[in-house]
Amino acid sequence: MPMPAEIDISTDLCGVRLPTPLVLASGILGTSATLLEKAARLGAGAVTAKSAGPQPRKGHANPIIADWGAGLINAVGLPNPGAHHEAQLLAEARQRLRPLGVPLIASIFAGTPDEFAEVARLVLQASPDILELNISCPNVHDDYGEPFAASCTGAVSVVEAVRPVCTVPLFVKLAPNVPNIGRIAADVVAAGADGITAINTMPGMVIDIESGRPILTNKSGGLSGPAIKPIAVRCIYEIRQAIPPHVPIIGTGGVTTGADAVELLMAGAVAVGVGSAVYYRGLDAFRAITTELIAFMQAHGHRRLSDIISLAHRPA
Amino acid sequence: MTNMHTPIPNVSLPAALRPKGAFGQLPRPVRIREIHVENYRIRTFILDTEMPHAEPGQFVMAWLPGYEEAPFSLAFHRPLTLTIAAVGPFTNTLHQLNVDDMLWVRGPYGRSFTPEAGTRPLLVGGGYGVAPLAFLAETLLAHEQQPQAFIGARTAEDVIGVGRFEALGVPVVITTEDGTRGRRGLVTEAVADILAEGKGDAIYGVGPHGMLQALATLARTWHVPAQLSWEAYMGCAIGLCGMCEHDGALLCVEGPVRRIPST
Repeated sequence: MPMPAEIDISTDLCGVRLPTPLVLASGILGTSATLLEKAARLGAGAVTAKSAGPQPRKGHANPIIADWGAGLINAVGLPNPGAHHEAQLLAEARQRLRPLGVPLIASIFAGTPDEFAEVARLVLQASPDILELNISCPNVHDDYGEPFAASCTGAVSVVEAVRPVCTVPLFVKLAPNVPNIGRIAADVVAAGADGITAINTMPGMVIDIESGRPILTNKSGGLSGPAIKPIAVRCIYEIRQAIPPHVPIIGTGGVTTGADAVELLMAGAVAVGVGSAVYYRGLDAFRAITTELIAFMQAHGHRRLSDIISLAHRPA
Repeated sequence: MTNMHTPIPNVSLPAALRPKGAFGQLPRPVRIREIHVENYRIRTFILDTEMPHAEPGQFVMAWLPGYEEAPFSLAFHRPLTLTIAAVGPFTNTLHQLNVDDMLWVRGPYGRSFTPEAGTRPLLVGGGYGVAPLAFLAETLLAHEQQPQAFIGARTAEDVIGVGRFEALGVPVVITTEDGTRGRRGLVTEAVADILAEGKGDAIYGVGPHGMLQALATLARTWHVPAQLSWEAYMGCAIGLCGMCEHDGALLCVEGPVRRIPST
């Protein structure tokens, strides 16, 4: 894409270089090596695979998603082929992504800290660039109970189990619906996490009033899209205040424009997740957001992302 | 900082993949106006609404609260009409519905068929794949083309949709694998013969993947364009979940109709 030579939008996650700060968020298009490659070719600077668990899982029956006006709500239910097959999928994705210079982020979930460690060990055989722990999916309560991200002790227990087996930068994806996301972030970093991804979707529900039934088969789901952007900005801002400055945050939540990406970067993210924007902008979303980000930087005289990252934290 | 007053690019969000019209967001309830029994396992539901933006080859997501939601191609858009084969628990449940019952619908989604440059298109339906082709024939007739329909089925009782083409004055070739109705054999053999005679200049196909692959081969052999609709189970229908992937394409937004050669 056309980029003025003097503007550099590459970014860095624990030594992993991203050509652009836009990260394909987990759960969007990440179900196969071909789709991960497709996202990279569409302009993602890194791609996150859909979360994999210990065993193959079918996920919830349709309806799994709805466009309720100010955002989306989804409860897909973590369908995945299981860790063994996921390792093959990731290995193939790695091959396809390498010539493109786009890093691969593996995402995993499990029911116990020990299972997390076992799934991590399996998927790491595929040599992803980064491992992300999905401890915050809001849509599998029936099978897994309260997400680990709901408490400091829960979140820390998973990091402590995975850290010894993890050979790549370890990111933890946090939930927004907690009283103090900054403290949870600080605790998982103290426990050995290398970075934070925030936020997962925000729990919600939409009821069809003609039938008097929740639209999603899972009844509740996770909100995404424009509606949750201010929630994400506030969470990223609080996390940035709570963790050491060198620990990177992948900010995720409601980014559909370049201006949105700027806002999350100013809140303290060093990379920006993109998911629902594929619906709001079409498959060109990554390119469109990148073009708008560069236009903003050009208009404001910024030459690199470090000029805007955490800008909102400067003293008055 | 320089140039602080340059406005941030003002991007309104039309929701690129959100369908136009009243059914573009949440599923909306629609009354069933008529039900036609096509054969032992296929029924056509005529709904009490229109979907004026919809084009042939597109699909809707139909939801029955408390049961499930699944994709169905449009048989017609005025009134909105769905031809549904009972192939599993959810479609079996749909077949229990009666006139005046409600069905919840969102859409239309996906890439439609588009008229090719020629004038003698071949419309090929395998089994219940014939469902959206009469709507396509209407559109092609409006473009002053002379479509010919090919209906392939396993046996005579699986042949549906003949009357829809006859009502439009579109000639129909019927094939059955056991020879109980029309020509014996595969529908693709009948299509191959027509192409060999130089009597077709585009292929439109809906049906099992094997039939579509055979049509793709014919299209390449005879250097005619083909538009093939790949049936898939859709999850989100809006390009996000990845469930409908086929050969690296998201069939819900980059299909279900795919053109050969790709454009």
